[in-house]
Amino acid sequence: MATKKFMFINRKAPYGTVYALESLEVVLIGAAFEQDVSLAFIGDGVYQIAKGQSTDGIGMKNFSPTYKALGDYEITKLYVEKESLEARGLTLDDLMPLVWEDEDDDYAEKPSIRLVSSAELAEVFDDQDVVLSF
Amino acid sequence: MSTLHTVNKSPFERDSLSSCIRLAAKGHSILLIEDGALGAMAGTDHSDMVAGVMKDVSVYVLGPDLAARGMSEDRIIDGIQVVDYSGFVELTAKHDTCQSWL
Amino acid sequence: MPFEANGKTFETDEEGYMVDLGSWEPECATVMAALEDQPLTEAHWEVLNFLREYYDEYQIAPAVRVLTKAIGKKLGKDKGNSKYLYELFPYGPGKQACKYAGLPKPTGCV
Repeated sequence: MATKKFMFINRKAPYGTVYALESLEVVLIGAAFEQDVSLAFIGDGVYQIAKGQSTDGIGMKNFSPTYKALGDYEITKLYVEKESLEARGLTLDDLMPLVWEDEDDDYAEKPSIRLVSSAELAEVFDDQDVVLSF
Repeated sequence: MSTLHTVNKSPFERDSLSSCIRLAAKGHSILLIEDGALGAMAGTDHSDMVAGVMKDVSVYVLGPDLAARGMSEDRIIDGIQVVDYSGFVELTAKHDTCQSWL
Repeated sequence: MPFEANGKTFETDEEGYMVDLGSWEPECATVMAALEDQPLTEAHWEVLNFLREYYDEYQIAPAVRVLTKAIGKKLGKDKGNSKYLYELFPYGPGKQACKYAGLPKPTGCV
């Protein structure tokens, strides 16, 4: 099977709706097919990977630690739209430091998050074979 | 008649908060819950709109919903009061009616 | 089917995975394994403990591929391969080991 480029676009804040969790589950299940997978966080989707999430008070499972496992699933390209962060008064420092381990480089930790402008992200989208939006 | 308005949608995604702010009368209260809690953050594209209504309307945010989304109480708009679930109940009891901007 | 361990009853789903992940204790693994005639050795426990730690950190049960790679990194290449893990858990290192460790069925496990 030829490898295709898959892009999962995440546009919703976590917990208020089920989109964020659904997307994450599809991504993890899809990882078994060993395709070239990227994720993008735009709009309220940037809140999905915000640091310091604590759901004890709302009685829901905190699934933010699972984003840290994406590297183990060989998902190492997480695009974050700069304009979306700025509109929300956020910076990269407000996001979890997501990394992947490069086996070929003595398990060196490398950053997964790529901060891009809307224009740059448009080009990344244009280069995909399959785009799924959540 | 005093009304408690609750907004549970992100201001970036829906116009629930802007509609509520436009139509809430002086002396009313607005409580931001669920994704609506994101509207309480300072330094966003919507912060000025929220801060602007606060001379006429008391604005509250549900703390557990902020915490779930990783948003620190230290970075909410000045003057917004953080409440917990029992505070939510007290607000409901204190007002004559409750209007949910779904 | 619920099972008993340490004098307590533990609920499971239709495939035998524990419903309340937080209530797991080591005795649960021993009992669930015994029900499937699977003795648990030190080598088995090494994998079960690894899975518990993985779940604590990432809140998911890893896919077999991920588990194999991670075990290789943590416990050595001689253990980070399918042959070794399938010998320990003939029903599948993902499915069987996760069950005993009180984790949900691995995401993406068919």
